Amino acid sequence: MNAVLAAIALLVLGSAAAALALRNLIHSALLLILSWLGIALFFLWADAEFAAFAQVLVYVGAVSMVVLFAVLLTRQSRADLSVTAQSRGRAAAGVGAALAVAAVLAFAVLRTPLPVPSGLRSAVTVRQLGGELMGPHAGALLLVGVLLTVTLLGAVTIAGAGRLPPDGKDQP
Amino acid sequence: MTGPEMATDGYWERLPLLARDGASGLFPTPWREAVSGLISIAAILAVFGLVFAFLTLAERKILGRTQNRPGPNRTGPGGLLQPFADAIKMLTKEDIIPRTADRVLHFLAPVVLVAFSLIAFAVIPFGRRLLPVDLDSGVLYFFAAGAGTELAVFMAGWGSRNKYSLLGAMRALAQLISYELPLLLAFVPVIMASGTLSTRGIVAAQGGWTDGLIPRWHVFTPWGFAGFILFMVAALAESNRSPFDLPEAESELIAGHLTEYSGFKYALFFMAEYFGMCALSGMAVTLFLGGWQAPCAFLEVVPSYVWFALKLLGLLLGFIWIRATLPRLRIDQLTRLAWKFLVPLALINLGSAGWAGPLQPLRWAVALALVALPFLLIGRKLTAGIGPRIYRYAAP
Repeated sequence: MNAVLAAIALLVLGSAAAALALRNLIHSALLLILSWLGIALFFLWADAEFAAFAQVLVYVGAVSMVVLFAVLLTRQSRADLSVTAQSRGRAAAGVGAALAVAAVLAFAVLRTPLPVPSGLRSAVTVRQLGGELMGPHAGALLLVGVLLTVTLLGAVTIAGAGRLPPDGKDQP
Repeated sequence: MTGPEMATDGYWERLPLLARDGASGLFPTPWREAVSGLISIAAILAVFGLVFAFLTLAERKILGRTQNRPGPNRTGPGGLLQPFADAIKMLTKEDIIPRTADRVLHFLAPVVLVAFSLIAFAVIPFGRRLLPVDLDSGVLYFFAAGAGTELAVFMAGWGSRNKYSLLGAMRALAQLISYELPLLLAFVPVIMASGTLSTRGIVAAQGGWTDGLIPRWHVFTPWGFAGFILFMVAALAESNRSPFDLPEAESELIAGHLTEYSGFKYALFFMAEYFGMCALSGMAVTLFLGGWQAPCAFLEVVPSYVWFALKLLGLLLGFIWIRATLPRLRIDQLTRLAWKFLVPLALINLGSAGWAGPLQPLRWAVALALVALPFLLIGRKLTAGIGPRIYRYAAP
C-alpha cells in the first residue's frame, strides 16, 4: 500500500516540480494538470471516490481549460510562451509569496483538529456527502463558487487591460 | 452474482458471466480476479471495436441512401468488408509529423483521447448482470472521464503548430465547455428522482410498469421527456457530431485539429469520436430509457443485454439520421443555442422536476412547451426574411 502512495506522491510532486522548472508555459500548464490528476489518484487510493471524481471533473475538466485559455489569450505569439523571471527581485518576491501561502496553509492544517477515527468505519455514501454539502456546508460551497467566478472575471480583466489600443477603444 | 441470485435468470442471461468465469477458472486462484477483469476489458474492446467498425459502414450506407447514392458496395458482399479495408489502409499509411510540431503532445493527443473515451464504458450497465464496475458515484465517474477528452483536443490543436489546428481546437473547446453545462443539468432530475448516483441504482429505479403497461422509464415522465431531448442535443454537441461538427468542419477549417494527423493517429481520433458517441448514447439509455429493462413484462424472456443493445442502436441510428438531415451551425449560433436556450430550458426542467405538485397534466404541458417552443422560435428566427419561397419558373 505504501509503495502505491509513494508512487502517487512522486507523480504529484514530480510533475509539479517539472511544471515549475520548464520554460514553456503550455508544457507547464499540462504538467500542472497531470499533478491535479495525481491528487485525484490519491483520493482514489484513500477510498474517497466522490472527491476523486469531483477533483477530475473540476480540475482536469474545468480549471485546466481556464488555465490554458488564459495562457493562449494573454500571449501574442509562440515566442511569448517561454517565461523567465524579469529580475532577481521579482523572482525572490514570487518565492516569498509562495512560501507565505504555504505557511498559512500549513498553519491552518496544523491548527485544525482532525478527528482520527478509531478503527474502521463504514464508508461514507454519496447521499451522506450530498446531505452534508447541501445542508451544513451550503454557505461554504456558495462562497467557493462566488470566489471562483470573481477570480475568473478578474483574470479576464487583467488579460484584457494590457491589450487596449492607444485611443482607448475596445478592439472588435 | 452469487448462486441464488443468478438462479432466477435464464440461461442466455447468465451466458456471458458463465463464459467469463469458465475462462478465468482455467487460471490459478490468486489470478482469477485479475483475469476476469481483463476479460471484461477485452470484451468491451472487442464489442465496441466491432460496433465502431460497422457503425462507420452503416453511417456511410445510410448517408448514401439519404443522398440518393448506393454508398460503399464493392468490398465484400454489399460492402460489408469496407471497415476492414479502411483499417488496413489507415495502418499502412505514412505517419506524418510536421517538423515544427510539438512531437510529444502531437503523439500523446490521440492516445489520451481514446483512453479517456474508453474508460467511460466502465460504469455503463450493459445488462442485468453486466456492469463492469459498480461505483457508488458512477454517473460522476462517467462525466469525469469525459472531461479528459477536452484536454486531448487542446493537445492535438496546439501540438500540431498549425493555425487551422489551433482554431479548430479552440472552437472545439468552446463547444465542449458550453455544452457540458446543459448536458449535466439535463440529467440532474434523474438523479433527484432515483436518489442515487450509481448507474445500477438508476436502472433499478426504472423497473416495473405503471398500470402493468407503461414502463417506468424516466423518458415517460414529463421532466424525463424534456430532459431526454435536452440531453440528446447536448450529447450531439459533446460528441462533435453534425449539426455541431464545427471543430472539424471539413469545408471551412480543413478538419480543424485533425489537419496535421494522418494514418492511424487520424483513425484513432475517429475511433474516439465513435466511442464517445456510443458511451454517451449508452448513458442516455441508462439514464432515460430504462437501461437494460424490457419494455413489456412478457418480453423479459429476451436477455437484458439484447434490450440494451437495441436501444443503443436506435439512438446511434438517430445520430446518423440527424447528420443526414441537418446543416451545420455557425459558431455564434452554436454558443447562443447552448447559453440562451439549452441552459435556461434545463433549469426550468429542473424546477419542474423538483416541484412535486399534484398537477401531472400541468407538468406535461411544461415539458412539451420546453421542447416545442424553442423549436418554433428557432425555426421562425432562422427562416425570417427567407420564406415563403416564390417559384418563378417551376410549376407550383
